[in-house]
Amino acid sequence: MSEGRPDPDQLLATVQAEEARARRGKLRIFFGAAAGVGKTFAMLEAARTAKANGQEIVAGYIESHGRKETEQLLEGLEQLPPLAVRYRGIVRREFDLDAALRRRPTTLLVDELAHSNLLEGEPRPRHAKRWQDIEELLSAGINVWTTVNVQHIESLNDLISQITGVRQRETIPDAVLDQADDIELIDLPPDDLLERLRQGKVYVPEQARFAVDRFFRKPNLVALRELALRRTADRVDAAARAAFPADADSRPWLARERLLVAVGPDAQAEQLVRTGKRLADALDAEWVVVFVETPNLLRMPEAERNRRIDVLRLAESLGAEAVTLDGPSAAETLLAYAATRKANRIVAGMSTRRGPRAWWRPSTTTELVRMARDVDIITVAAASKAATPAPSLSSPAPATRPETHWGRYGWALAASATCTAAGFAMYPLFDATDIAMLYVLTAALVAVRLGRGPSVLAAFANTAALNWCFVEPRFSLSVADATYFITFAVMLAVSVVVATLMSSVRQQTRVAGARERRTTLLYRMTRELAATRGLARLPAVAVRHVAEVFDAEAVILLPDRSGRLRPPRELPLAESLREADIPIAQWTFDHGRQAGLGTDTLPAAAAVYLPLQAGARALGVLAVRPRNPRRVLLPEQRHLLDTFAAQIAAALERVQLAEAAETARVAAETEGLRNTLLASISHDLRTPLAVIAGAGSALAEHGDELDIETRRRLARSIQSRAGQMSDLVSNVLDLMRYESGRVTLNRDWQTIDDLVGAALGSVEQRLEGRPVEIRLAADLPAVYVDASLVVQLMVNLFDNIAKYTPVGTHVTVAAARAGDWVEVAVEDDGPGLPDGDRSRVFDKFQRGDAEGTVTGVGLGLAICRAIARAHGGDIRAETVPAGGARFAFTLPAAGPHST
Amino acid sequence: MHQVLVVEDEPDIRHVLRVTLEANGYRVIEAATAARAEIEARSHKPDLLLVDLGLPDGDGLNVIRKVREFSPVPVIVLSARTLEQSKVEALDAGADDFVTKPFGARELLARIRAALRRSPRGERLSTELVIGQCRIDLAARSAARAGEEMRLTPLEYRVLETLARSAGLVVTHRQLLREAWGPDRPEDSSSLRVCIKNLRDKLEPDPRRPRFIVTEAGLGYRLRLDGR
Repeated sequence: MSEGRPDPDQLLATVQAEEARARRGKLRIFFGAAAGVGKTFAMLEAARTAKANGQEIVAGYIESHGRKETEQLLEGLEQLPPLAVRYRGIVRREFDLDAALRRRPTTLLVDELAHSNLLEGEPRPRHAKRWQDIEELLSAGINVWTTVNVQHIESLNDLISQITGVRQRETIPDAVLDQADDIELIDLPPDDLLERLRQGKVYVPEQARFAVDRFFRKPNLVALRELALRRTADRVDAAARAAFPADADSRPWLARERLLVAVGPDAQAEQLVRTGKRLADALDAEWVVVFVETPNLLRMPEAERNRRIDVLRLAESLGAEAVTLDGPSAAETLLAYAATRKANRIVAGMSTRRGPRAWWRPSTTTELVRMARDVDIITVAAASKAATPAPSLSSPAPATRPETHWGRYGWALAASATCTAAGFAMYPLFDATDIAMLYVLTAALVAVRLGRGPSVLAAFANTAALNWCFVEPRFSLSVADATYFITFAVMLAVSVVVATLMSSVRQQTRVAGARERRTTLLYRMTRELAATRGLARLPAVAVRHVAEVFDAEAVILLPDRSGRLRPPRELPLAESLREADIPIAQWTFDHGRQAGLGTDTLPAAAAVYLPLQAGARALGVLAVRPRNPRRVLLPEQRHLLDTFAAQIAAALERVQLAEAAETARVAAETEGLRNTLLASISHDLRTPLAVIAGAGSALAEHGDELDIETRRRLARSIQSRAGQMSDLVSNVLDLMRYESGRVTLNRDWQTIDDLVGAALGSVEQRLEGRPVEIRLAADLPAVYVDASLVVQLMVNLFDNIAKYTPVGTHVTVAAARAGDWVEVAVEDDGPGLPDGDRSRVFDKFQRGDAEGTVTGVGLGLAICRAIARAHGGDIRAETVPAGGARFAFTLPAAGPHST
Repeated sequence: MHQVLVVEDEPDIRHVLRVTLEANGYRVIEAATAARAEIEARSHKPDLLLVDLGLPDGDGLNVIRKVREFSPVPVIVLSARTLEQSKVEALDAGADDFVTKPFGARELLARIRAALRRSPRGERLSTELVIGQCRIDLAARSAARAGEEMRLTPLEYRVLETLARSAGLVVTHRQLLREAWGPDRPEDSSSLRVCIKNLRDKLEPDPRRPRFIVTEAGLGYRLRLDGR
């Protein structure tokens, strides 16, 4: 965090944000306290002035509400035709985002920033909200002018609904307002506004007439105006602060305050989040919204637990960090978390519990206040009129009740019976109170093993059995001694307490176990991805892990050369998502932003689409369709999914970079080879060609004049030079083929005996006069190689000996096992290798004897190396201490199946 | 006088072949296309075919398959050096041997002689084989080395017999497996390898440097009765 000194990451982020802003369009907001203050009017007037000054301005969407003045102002401005959207049988006019993106004016006017698009309309809108449309326009570099009223601002939403009694459903995140480049406050005193309302100059929809009458009252308008003015003033303040952020002398790097907002699953949560936002703004503090999942909460119905998804998403949209923790006690967990995050204030809802219940089970806030040290606890009163509880956005999942295990109840009764049998055995010797202890033990054991329900049953059964069998008068349920009631009560209490404790422990273990498992899975995927080579296999590995962790179908979509995403050709896994929506994925890829389920863009989709970002570049898209939407809607699950996407992107980038580097290397080497080849052709091809052409023309033109012996000599030189050229050309072609990697090895199991024999067989004449000794180890395994290539390798080595050693040189062929390899060495006692780097003899066009009588271009050893490497082995050259050269190469003795 | 059909699209190579073959006492018929080759083979009934694998109007392989439908005449394939796989295909399609371009006249003539020996018309294969110091009677299933009796397994006899029937010519792994192990034998090159090694140990003077049972790397084996 930013305590202490300037954080380089933060400075970098500032620079990047400024760069991004330069490319982005500018957002200008005409901001007002209420409808009717004249925002649209002011915007259009400003537009006309700008147009008169030569700016390109287009009206994208203007809501004139049939007002003459507004329509007059629109005259002379270019207008985009509205998009006709069919919705439940009627046609509505909507802003046409795609038309605007196609038109690409410098500046576009779009009225009503807080407008909600018709998600169910046809054609379906890309985004749920207009502010998202505008976001996309800005990203495309288009300047946007728009209008909004103060009551649409998210963080002020509940405050305004308390003032006015009207709940505003269309809201915009505060960030939109905060990131606007220009905010123009359109101010109109309340009396003037009311006057305009009376004159009918303010558009009011018929069905909202009643609400409007309540809304447009002077005290409301005064309050709204004040809020609008204050919000604008705050912004000016913030801008002033941002202008001198890094001025170290005047403003030391202060630790920013951090605020924790503790929310529960109750209706007050949303209010707490909004209050937290206002406090955080006022304190210029970072804020974290924390939800603690306690064992009690885990027992709540699914629908109520899902509400926290909405609360945490609201918090994130307001700029908070949303965190879910788990722990046995909410207060303890919160305080521990506050300590680790160095938060000095905790905002919590005021307890509504009163009387003995509050004493018996104090609320989290009460416990916080009692236990807090060094932390301020700010309690927030519940809103007086519980303004219509927010309906849950997420689909209410049917409440799943814990399954009843009837078998356990049977076991509980069996335990009681066993205990009773034991009691009969003890009865004459022991007192009834002692036997009662045995029953207590049984009840406790049942509670530990079988859970609460069975343990309560066991407690009752034990009580009844004890009473019936052992308490005087025996075999009746009446009790002579009142002290036995205490025994019964204790037994019941012990059962319930033990069972409750056990179930808490089990729940926590389950929660912790699930987290542990997810972390392990992330680690496992990262490790497997790191071990994966090749772009082809990587997506399958990633998809398998994502599918497993999120209980989902998943797919990774990669772009082709033109940047269009393509569904993968093969879907080898059962978990592959087959109906990925390519247009959504394409949008995600192009914009580098998430889309689909649970995001701001096309939230109605069945799957969520995450860009696989490497730096500023998207490499592909990960689409995930969970079987249960909760798996990706919960913020911490969402973060986990983000982490997975980031890891996959990193792995993809690594593999792509490696492949690019390999391609570049091969290209460079091929280029180098081509150059050397061209250079050597001038010498090594032209010499024999000159001889052939010369001898040929001599025979053709003067054949009659030449004697038979001369003619034969000329013919023989043509023959031998043609042979040389042929060898050269085949060598060059072979080498190109082996090194291009396109040669497919025709592998089979071969014995070294056989290979050496075949090679020696074909060079027998050339090695004439050089005795060959073969020394092969007795335990030589078979090698898995392409026989003809390996024979050629050895033939080249023998050829080399024939070329560079005098007659009488001894040649030794030896082979020995080396692990999964066989090393074959060809050794001679000739003049040895030239001084210098031994490995250079394997370079192309290297010749032992620079301009000597030896023929050939020096490709032989380069081919040897190419063949050895094509098999995964290698070759090296050494000087034998006693004189002579030694070439040793390795061949694989391990293959698909050993024989 | 033997008649040789040369199937080759390159006129210069055809000419060189004609000159070389006629100088060595063969009569030559030429065909430049696959279609022409089939007609000539049916009408002239040559004693041997020299077939180039790359023909303008179809694969030389097709020529071999067509000819094999009506005639057991020996076929030698002319192929460019780098096409290892097409050589195997040609041999398995019924060709008897191959010569790699560019080839020397001496090598070509030796192959032609070997192929003609194999042909049914010039049938001279006796049941007795002489390999170095060894004498093997294939019919009686008996063998001796330097006069001393020696035991060969029935499988070794069958492999040797297959090689001897095409003495001097290459026999592919698949042909050997089919002949010696039976038609439904899966490709089991390791047992073939073992069998060849055992034969060499028994027959070759120096099994490390075989002179009679020679490996054609990647293709198969060749039995050289002259031991060169």
